[in-house]
Amino acid sequence: MATLSPKQIEQVARLARIEVSPQKLPKVANEVNSIVCFVDSLQVVDTTGIVVTSQVTGLQDVWREDVVKDCQISRDDLLANAPEVQDGYIKVKKVL
Amino acid sequence: MADLAYLSIAQAHEALQSGKVTCVELTQYYLDRIKKHDESIGAVLTLCSDTALEAAQKVDEKIQAGKDMGLLEGIPYTAKDMFLTAGVRTTAASKILDAFIPPYSATVIDKLNSAGAILIAKVNQDEFAHGGSTENSAYQITHNPWNTEYVPGGSSGGSAAAVAADFGIFSLGTDTGGSIRQPAAYCGVTGLKPTYGLVSRYGVVAMASSFDCIGPITRSAEDATLVLNAIQGRDVMDSTTIESTENHQSSKDLKIGVVKELMNDSRYSEALKAINGLGKKNDVTLPDGDMALAVYYVLVSSEISSNLERYDGIRYGSRNDSATNLEQTYSLTRAEFLGPEVQRRILTGTYALSSGYYDAYYKKAMQVRTLITQEFAQIFADCDVIVTPTTLEPAFKIGSKSDPVEMYKTDILTVSANLAGVPAISIPAGIDEKTGLPLGLQIIAAQGNDAQVLAVAEAFQKTTEWHKKVEEIIQ
Repeated sequence: MATLSPKQIEQVARLARIEVSPQKLPKVANEVNSIVCFVDSLQVVDTTGIVVTSQVTGLQDVWREDVVKDCQISRDDLLANAPEVQDGYIKVKKVL
Repeated sequence: MADLAYLSIAQAHEALQSGKVTCVELTQYYLDRIKKHDESIGAVLTLCSDTALEAAQKVDEKIQAGKDMGLLEGIPYTAKDMFLTAGVRTTAASKILDAFIPPYSATVIDKLNSAGAILIAKVNQDEFAHGGSTENSAYQITHNPWNTEYVPGGSSGGSAAAVAADFGIFSLGTDTGGSIRQPAAYCGVTGLKPTYGLVSRYGVVAMASSFDCIGPITRSAEDATLVLNAIQGRDVMDSTTIESTENHQSSKDLKIGVVKELMNDSRYSEALKAINGLGKKNDVTLPDGDMALAVYYVLVSSEISSNLERYDGIRYGSRNDSATNLEQTYSLTRAEFLGPEVQRRILTGTYALSSGYYDAYYKKAMQVRTLITQEFAQIFADCDVIVTPTTLEPAFKIGSKSDPVEMYKTDILTVSANLAGVPAISIPAGIDEKTGLPLGLQIIAAQGNDAQVLAVAEAFQKTTEWHKKVEEIIQ
């Protein structure tokens, strides 16, 4: 049975870009572990030679004409939901 | 003015066309009803009074000009807050979208708008549709209109409660593992999860893309058919959509697979009698529910961890302002504004997809998904539809399920339809004597046989009265 240590949860949280405080780590680890233990029941199923199902429609290579259409929404309207905007651009904190 | 309580689409259409009621009066009836009862139900997140009354006014002008109207024209409805609505706040019940005003609408909202239906409110749900009780909403608890101590189910709990409380004639919900059918069962209404791909998801907040389906919650199968007809079909903006299928009429030699070990329950004995009259029964067994749930929670959490990457505080949505660099903007924003269940699922999915665990979880679950889909194909080789209870028990009390895995198990009979992409409906089929709460019956068919599911549900409702019981709960 797989169980994740608080340290592993910390690593997963970093990958997921979610800050988990040290105080919360044990509780979060417990909860994620209870889910992981639950889904571990899959391991008993023999899946030798079974293909995977990643989608159920069977659709393949859905194409449409590559036609340019005018966007009905103005730049200002598109930017209206951004938390911070400057000179018509989205502003972010420094990257490095 | 005519009695407007619990109108069907056809009844409302007739009342409007014949001038028994104006569309403004009809719309106002629902707005008043929300005002009077929503304090105790808590279904509504955003009310659209002004735009609804304006649209109603236009419908009235058309009627006065003597023009014929489409069936959905002037029909007031509500939509789960997962559907983008241009100019109307859309939160997915998350604080991370607290102030989000979409610049465009979902295809289904546009289609209903073109058909003349009137959106009167955006309704509550579990945050990002992660849950089975609507208790995971970041805004409010929604109460079951049958008994306000109980949950309405989820994640489309606001939609089911709104339809049960007559806050509109129908509602739109989303169903990833049972989120239309389970709340429909808990609230004594009808909820349809169509075949995967039948209804466009463009402009609907994504949860798990290989499962998510959109469908109507109504008070009858007849109304569900009318709404589905208006929203289904190929959409160039959603490349997973399929062509709508031809009507599949219910025939006399209908073969009904009954899940005996679940239906041999005294609470469903009357429903079973009604089923006897619909066709020839044979016994079937559903794919293992625990296994289906395990597959579901691996794949859904994985898809969630990927789909929810977009909530990063950059292009839209809430942002934590104490960050000093970009990476902190992401991690502090997501920690502050995503709820606990959403974070749990993202972390579980990130783990399942991470290097070294992919084969053990994600790949394994996709293989077991194949086995479950094959089991359905075998069942449908011998029968046209399967009937089973929608849930093992009726609605539970608010606050009574604090363990996430316990909550997941309320979807044990509904998830397998999502794994296989097949259509399924929940209709009222009894009352639990102990609690006085409604019980749902689920009807499942093979992919593309949505009309078959609806026809059987409609035939059931022609000979039974359980779907009418909801009319007695709020006077």
